[in-house]
Amino acid sequence: MNKKIAITFLCVALTQFAWAEEKTASGKSLSKNPVSAEAEKVFRDSFRVDSPKYWSQRIEQDETMKLCSQYKDNPPVAVRQKIELAQKATIRYPVDGKLLGDWKEGEKIAAHGRGGHIGFIQPDKPMTPRGGNCYACHQLAAKEVAYGTIGPSLHHFGKIRGNSDEIVKYAYDKIYNSNAFSACTNMPRFGLHSWLTPEEITHVVAFLMDPESPVNKD
Amino acid sequence: MKYGGKAVQTVAVAPFSPEEFEMIQRLIRTLVGAAVVAAFAGSTAAQDSKVADELAKYREALADGNPADLLEVKGEGLWAEKRGPKNASLEQCDFGLGPGKLDGAYAQLPRYFKDTGKVMDVESRLVHCMMTLQGFTKEQATKNWFSKPGTESDIEALVTFIGAKSNGKPINVPATHPEEKKMYQIGEYIFYRRSGPQDFSCAICHGQNDKRIRLQDLGNLTTKEGAGTAMKTWPSYRVSQGAVWTMERRLIDCMRQARFPEPNYLSDSIVALQVYLQKNATGTVMETPGIKR
Repeated sequence: MNKKIAITFLCVALTQFAWAEEKTASGKSLSKNPVSAEAEKVFRDSFRVDSPKYWSQRIEQDETMKLCSQYKDNPPVAVRQKIELAQKATIRYPVDGKLLGDWKEGEKIAAHGRGGHIGFIQPDKPMTPRGGNCYACHQLAAKEVAYGTIGPSLHHFGKIRGNSDEIVKYAYDKIYNSNAFSACTNMPRFGLHSWLTPEEITHVVAFLMDPESPVNKD
Repeated sequence: MKYGGKAVQTVAVAPFSPEEFEMIQRLIRTLVGAAVVAAFAGSTAAQDSKVADELAKYREALADGNPADLLEVKGEGLWAEKRGPKNASLEQCDFGLGPGKLDGAYAQLPRYFKDTGKVMDVESRLVHCMMTLQGFTKEQATKNWFSKPGTESDIEALVTFIGAKSNGKPINVPATHPEEKKMYQIGEYIFYRRSGPQDFSCAICHGQNDKRIRLQDLGNLTTKEGAGTAMKTWPSYRVSQGAVWTMERRLIDCMRQARFPEPNYLSDSIVALQVYLQKNATGTVMETPGIKR
């Protein structure tokens, strides 16, 4: 066991040499966490082995997650571009091709923050619908004062930008896969993870774009 | 409830008295009223500050009668009580400052313990003592590691008592021992590790200054100020939960909110996160037990 750790350390120390010169977008040098391999094992070992498989899958990382973790969400330009390109290719559209849904449905999705909690202590009831929880991070309709500030204000989103096809598509794409536009953003990739369906995303897009939506009207 | 043939006396403690319950209910009504008034008044900025003010007042008023104080008294009783197959108290338990020395002990945890060869937080050390001094199995000791409606938790009471013995003491986890340093780095790794159906990590919500989720202010846990504000008030009575939560309970719930599976109680990743947070918070004076939303 100790020998194994020693070897891991040696490997990590050697790979660290290769990372030493990497720079982040802001120009700061960034070295890889020297205990990554052991830390990953500690993290994985802290979960019950008899968990249902779909629970365990939630601690798996795709390439984007791995890179964002490694660079503390501030990757160098080349890595950033690589992530954005790859993520752009994942975006899928509704079968009927319509990107503007029903803003009233979108309003409900934006306000709904539950769904998807697992575990033994306080899981959501089975079949609890998953919400977009947009208000957790964004200001949207002026009447909702309980909004978070992790993301930018989206109040008057459509009013400011107009509702050209490009803006509608941008809003859809951004919600479907936020990392296609800014690698390692705090915003989840709602479509990629099937957290929201393409149809649900079109409702949220309508909530952002429709002149009658409280996002734009008030 | 019997351990080792000896009847166990516990101090009967309700989560809070009827008067306190009424006070909390009254405050909640005031708060909701204020929020509704705010929702119809003035500019958004004015609404924000009004709601924030009311929340601050609410917290202040609650602090006058923290239900955690009662749990602290219960913990003090449990600490001295002879229990378990070995019919022994916990009074010789060593949290790093010597057997039975509790003043300031919580504030310097987690730390490396020579006798176990492990970095341990207050809860893993407490369970260790319940096993070695009192003879409980790990399963017995951790069965009710957190309270549920109708089921009290000895661990919650003991940790509240032990925590209160650090009230007014500065958090001091320099993580200088190589094992502690390694746990700090592991904690940092986990803090930034993204996964799950929402691409979450701790850093998403707790890596920036002056942000909030809905109306809840978020501390930047990578800084001394943010980590200090977060760490100094645990264990804490949580009004929304009607219970005192320990740091393990809090962190395991963070994982749940991130839509991850629950890490095991006392697992190394939870200890590592605490080393990371306590080192960042080092120098901040403890104000425990706390009271939170």
